[in-house]
Amino acid sequence: MKKEMDEKKKVGVFICHCGRNIAQTVDIEKLMEEVREKYDVEFVEDNMYMCSDPGQNLLKESIQAKNLDRVIVAACSRDMHEPTFRSAAQEAGLNPYLVEIANIREQVSWVHDDKEKATEKASKIIGSTIEKVVRDEPLEPLQIPVVQRALVIGGGIAGIQAALDIADAGYEVTLVEKSPTIGGHMAQLAETFPTLDCSQCILTPKMVALSRHPKINLLTTSEVVSVEGYVGNFKVQIRKNPRYVDVDKCNLCDDCTAVCPVVVHDEYNQGLAPRKAIYIPFPQAVPASYVIDEATCLGIDPLICSKCKDVCLVEAIDFDMQPEIIEEEFGAIVVATGYDIYPIENIGEYGYGSHPDIISGLDFERLLSANGPTQGVIRRPSDGKIPKTVVFVHCAGSRDPAKHLPYCSKICCMYSTKHALQYKHLVHDGTAINFYIDVRTAGKDYEEFYKRAAEEEQVIYVRGKVSEIIEDGDQLLVKGVDTLLGEAVEVHADLVVLATGLVPSKGTQEISHLLKLSCDSKGFLKEAHPKLKPVESALSGIFIAGTASGPKDIPETVAQASGAAAKAATILASEYLEREPQIAQVDPTTCGVCHTCIHVCPYGAIYLDEVVGRITVREALCEGCGSCAAACPSGSIELKNSTSEGIRARIKALLQG
Amino acid sequence: MSTSKQEQESGIKNPDPKIVLFLCRWCSGKGADLAGTSRLSYPPNVLPIMVNCTSRIDPRFVVEAFLDGADGVLVTGCHFGDCHYKTGNYKAYRRLSLVAKLLKQVGVNPKRFRLTWISATEAAKFVEVTTEMVNDLKKLPPYWRNGNGGNTNE
Repeated sequence: MKKEMDEKKKVGVFICHCGRNIAQTVDIEKLMEEVREKYDVEFVEDNMYMCSDPGQNLLKESIQAKNLDRVIVAACSRDMHEPTFRSAAQEAGLNPYLVEIANIREQVSWVHDDKEKATEKASKIIGSTIEKVVRDEPLEPLQIPVVQRALVIGGGIAGIQAALDIADAGYEVTLVEKSPTIGGHMAQLAETFPTLDCSQCILTPKMVALSRHPKINLLTTSEVVSVEGYVGNFKVQIRKNPRYVDVDKCNLCDDCTAVCPVVVHDEYNQGLAPRKAIYIPFPQAVPASYVIDEATCLGIDPLICSKCKDVCLVEAIDFDMQPEIIEEEFGAIVVATGYDIYPIENIGEYGYGSHPDIISGLDFERLLSANGPTQGVIRRPSDGKIPKTVVFVHCAGSRDPAKHLPYCSKICCMYSTKHALQYKHLVHDGTAINFYIDVRTAGKDYEEFYKRAAEEEQVIYVRGKVSEIIEDGDQLLVKGVDTLLGEAVEVHADLVVLATGLVPSKGTQEISHLLKLSCDSKGFLKEAHPKLKPVESALSGIFIAGTASGPKDIPETVAQASGAAAKAATILASEYLEREPQIAQVDPTTCGVCHTCIHVCPYGAIYLDEVVGRITVREALCEGCGSCAAACPSGSIELKNSTSEGIRARIKALLQG
Repeated sequence: MSTSKQEQESGIKNPDPKIVLFLCRWCSGKGADLAGTSRLSYPPNVLPIMVNCTSRIDPRFVVEAFLDGADGVLVTGCHFGDCHYKTGNYKAYRRLSLVAKLLKQVGVNPKRFRLTWISATEAAKFVEVTTEMVNDLKKLPPYWRNGNGGNTNE
């Protein structure tokens, strides 16, 4: 079929035998004849192996000798050799986007037996591809300038590691942390499994290294309030909330806390100890400075109370500090917003909150910590006695799809084992009983750690769930079942520790809305691919580290943070990003500005440029799905090299003859 | 519906139906390729056209394919949740379900238009769907070439 184009294109068709792979089912001679006869082509040639050097040379020489401006290689799937033929064409001076593959192997010769029919189908596919390629335009890869600076959101171990790695790679990093110090949950832990390393001892050097790093700008008491833009060019607004204490002046003398009249629960100690309204979260906090808790301090109005200000010799306290909005641009973002523990008040049957000696795993970490409320001596909250029997309830609120979390939080078996071991180390004559569903010890040296607890250190493991915990005198009666013996079990305990699972932190939920990141059914951030892209979000240039994407232990979190940092650094490493140029474009002369395309675009790549009143495509965001082109009621938005006209012509070509 | 064996034998009204097959570049396109690499076999009546995403498929393409002489149109994309472009297949599902309804209302046999999801590993499903559709359409008269647009009493 001959067509009339504005300018006649010189199409070259190269048909590959692929040894016998194509040639045995497709009659190459007949196919060449048909292509010459039926279609308006300049040149048709065949080759035993088009992908071989002689085949590629044939392609290059013919492009030059015959002045071809469109090329079709009828061969295998485009996934196999499209890049091969496109770069060969480029070497011969032809724009690579003017080379198309007609798949006559995977979709013809390998799946059909009837030679005549297969040849006919191959001819139709080539004819249809010709209709595409004559309409295709030469395209150049998009070049997007990159702001060579990264933003890390969240200052737990994941954020710290990611920030350090990116900064060590030579790029500037801004780390935004909501609370007054970095460190996150890891700073609350006593020791870590399976090595029983002191958590603070391995964490705080990293915190200090971060605060001293010349490439890292640390913003604590700060929150991301808005994010605009796209990979390489994120425009971010950060609100730095007032700390009311000048970090540079504060010399940690602690005079202020002595005079502060306000006593509240200390979050760092899980409410098991008091703190003042002016406080330092913990002694090794970074930045090393006190902070005033705006919500409870009386003195934000200095007329009511200014006791701390009066005693501060270095004049570090300033009640007039105001929130500051900082606007910065970044090339890549790492989200490391972490987890919260499952609110155990939800687990009514376990009585959290109804009795002070029923505590969470994180509470127990504080009781174990040398800098905790009991200076590392395990004393139960109700009366300060050292508990002689402690029951650890695994899967408290986990793996319970009917009422609580459906999933396994991965770390609770290990941390309960760690708790039991640490307890035995501190209270030698104590009894530690673990109620478990399964003990899951998938990790390096984890099984050995569990065996050590169960076999060498007399930690008792009972397979079964706890049904109820009730007060019994000054003790707690734990009712459960031993499913191995098939018996009901009742244990009197002095302290019950509930191993609660992890849920997405409030910050994770907020940031997912702000960055428009998708979440899974549990609210954790969704990876671009659960297996092959575990640190990338679906949005280009935004990466995920740590428990924001699901429960993880520390080694996995750190590994993921380093992975996210490496991915971010890959973006920052170049001044420009190259992107596929097959994107949407708007014809403003026919566009009715109906906004349909804006709503269907999954990437927010289309917007109304209010200045000129035109629908505009953000080239860096468009991924080229073509959803907008299919939705546009006036046909004013088209996907480059996949136009409606082209697709219609391809359909016609397939059906002709 | 044919009941007797004789009727069934003579039930072939269109020995060589033409089916336009839309493939997405990511899942179903790769599934179709896998059918080839696995050396499975299906009838040559399906004529492929690859787009980046099923959401690129303008409903008009389907209608026009019938006007251009197709006996059937088969659209294949990624399974829900697997779309390379996040939600493209949902959009295709919504748009093309309307097309299916419209075609039915104007008298086109629903067997002539199918929308299905095929993953990159589901070569067997690809073969099953294409073979089934070709066999179904062999039992229907040619859509356009029979002179009445095929739109009566199908």
